[in-house]
Amino acid sequence: MGWIGEQIDSVKSLNFRQVLTQAINLGMIVTSALIIWKGLMCITGSESPVVVVLSGSMEPGFQRGDILFLHMSKDPIRAGEIVVFNIDGRDIPIVHRVIKVHERQETGEVNVLTKGDNNPGDDRPLYAQGQHWLQRHHIMGRAVGTHLSSPSFHLPDPLFLHVKNWYWYWMTAIVKGKWFFQWYILIGALGFLVITSKE
Amino acid sequence: MHSFGYRANALLTFAITILALMCGIASFSDNFNSPSPTAQVQVLNINWFQKKPDGDDEVSLTLNVSANLESLFTWNTKQVFVFLAAEYETPKNSMNQVSLWDGIISSKEHSKFRIHTTNKYRFVDQGSNLRGKDFNLTLHWHVMPKTGKMFVDNIVMSGFRLPKAYR
Repeated sequence: MGWIGEQIDSVKSLNFRQVLTQAINLGMIVTSALIIWKGLMCITGSESPVVVVLSGSMEPGFQRGDILFLHMSKDPIRAGEIVVFNIDGRDIPIVHRVIKVHERQETGEVNVLTKGDNNPGDDRPLYAQGQHWLQRHHIMGRAVGTHLSSPSFHLPDPLFLHVKNWYWYWMTAIVKGKWFFQWYILIGALGFLVITSKE
Repeated sequence: MHSFGYRANALLTFAITILALMCGIASFSDNFNSPSPTAQVQVLNINWFQKKPDGDDEVSLTLNVSANLESLFTWNTKQVFVFLAAEYETPKNSMNQVSLWDGIISSKEHSKFRIHTTNKYRFVDQGSNLRGKDFNLTLHWHVMPKTGKMFVDNIVMSGFRLPKAYR
């Protein structure tokens, strides 16, 4: 109770310039994060330079919650590459491997078939109705590297899965940019803390 | 300045920076590995070779694939994804790659292998160009690290040809 009283007192004692300075600081932090994100998009040439693996279809190589770094160059798409693509009408990016490539002579247009390493069959059932191949414009990027993924650690299993699910939940939220109500609470709390801190 | 929150923040930032640095060094250490893998493929039999009702050629093969990929593994290797692709050119397509078989090698102990198999994935052309077609069988491997950059390479084995007539 004493702590709440202190907080209320400190809010009352703020003058306008202090609040403004803190608000600008917060704004600077948020915009520099945005600049870094957009800069990464430019450097990697991909709409989505970092992706979170959402399903277990690429195990044991990629687990749910792993972070992949993407790069999209003009190089032709070849078999074996791990690509991230969107199906028309769905907004979940899928991370799978290319198993078939047919590239046209003159135009260089390419028809590609993908499959998850851990799936028994190829991705045709996942594509849109009547679609048998992916084209270049469906593909957002190629995976070039991966961050340290979880199975190397041996926490007790239930705790570990709990932690991993939470982590995965927040990472997908960040990367997909979806506005859950928790974000408003978090941003509000952050704003309050910034404004009331003396630094 | 010396509050718990401040110290915890400084500690966390430092820890994450060190971890990221370690991941970078681990990945960099993979560059010192100079792999020397070997591979061999034989087409033991053409099981059947037909034109499908939709006009595309399809062929079924029995293959014998043997390889020694031990030198690809480092301490930072999580697994090696290996696949065999048939590669050929047609009048319509400058490049066709069809994966016939793939496998995951999770440790160095399993990386020297010999496999006798029919093609895992259907060898189907876009069109009807496979009769008498010369093609390469290329063994590709993707070394997936525990952390860092993936390494990709392949061995091209040429000199394979499909029969001139359907069977």
